[in-house]
Amino acid sequence: MNSQPRLVEVRKNVLRQNDLAARALREQFRAAGVFVVSLVSSPGSGKTAFLERTLTLLRQSCNVAALVGDLATENDAMRLARSEAAVKQITTGTLCHLEAAMVQHALAGWDLNQLDFLFIENVGNLVCPSSYDLGENLRLVLISVTEGEDKPLKYPTIFNSADVAVVTKMDLALAVEFDWNLAYGNIQAVRPGMRVLKVSAKTGDGMDEYMGLLTAHLDELRTPAVR
Amino acid sequence: MHELSIAMGIVEMAQEEAEQRGAVQVTAVHLRLGALSGVVKEALLSSYELACDDTPLKGSRLLIDEVPVLVFCPSCQVQRSLSSVQLFCCAECGTPTSEVVQGKEIEVVALEIEE
Repeated sequence: MNSQPRLVEVRKNVLRQNDLAARALREQFRAAGVFVVSLVSSPGSGKTAFLERTLTLLRQSCNVAALVGDLATENDAMRLARSEAAVKQITTGTLCHLEAAMVQHALAGWDLNQLDFLFIENVGNLVCPSSYDLGENLRLVLISVTEGEDKPLKYPTIFNSADVAVVTKMDLALAVEFDWNLAYGNIQAVRPGMRVLKVSAKTGDGMDEYMGLLTAHLDELRTPAVR
Repeated sequence: MHELSIAMGIVEMAQEEAEQRGAVQVTAVHLRLGALSGVVKEALLSSYELACDDTPLKGSRLLIDEVPVLVFCPSCQVQRSLSSVQLFCCAECGTPTSEVVQGKEIEVVALEIEE
């Protein structure tokens, strides 16, 4: 036995299992023609209210479903079920984020071909979900007007992993003296060019633009590529 | 706080790789960790010790190489560093850019093994 330590090269991504599962999901979603949106934010920023409004609006013309991740309770699934969309809760126990394998497991038995949109609400957390690809087409990061305009500067990593930012609870903007220009500037500082929507799930303000964005994405997904 | 599950992933990967190479003991794991990986170095180091408990890697060291963010600058047409992760623009000319070319890595690059 040679007791001299030897250096051997490995070069492997630690999250490769998750990336493989996410790739399989992405392929499954593409084959079924379903557009998948995930939502990340800190706890209490209004993900569930926003999603409930989204499901209710989309249900009028589309087939929609949602998966919701939480450490415990089925409260969010029960709330979202009021929209009459198919909803399933993923309880993660002590895990602070969703992983692709959990999404695979939750979707077992679902016929994705029947769906136009699938939403995945991550566990409320602005740190951990950033590392895990869930196979989604679009990742939304939500910040509410009550959280402070500097959230993007404090959590640049999650903003970098997301595609679109949504500023929620705009109906409270005046009461909390929310500075839109400051918040918008901070988002652009950590993610130049990022599209930013402002909504109020309570009043419905801004939901039209969001619906337009979603349906444009679905049309694009279903349009056969030219050449 | 997902560093513990990341640490467990590292231990599992190191064990597999070491077994494939017929190693008797892993003495160190070399890891590249990007500034945009979402993983905190200090938390990962303490989680690693926990994750090694009751495994053949107990007592091994985790050596972390911190990888800075590099972006592609559309004006300079080259890769540039950032002056800060709070400001995504070219450190040379100031052009804003979101095109990250490096800095998201969580990668086991090498093992130190005894045969």
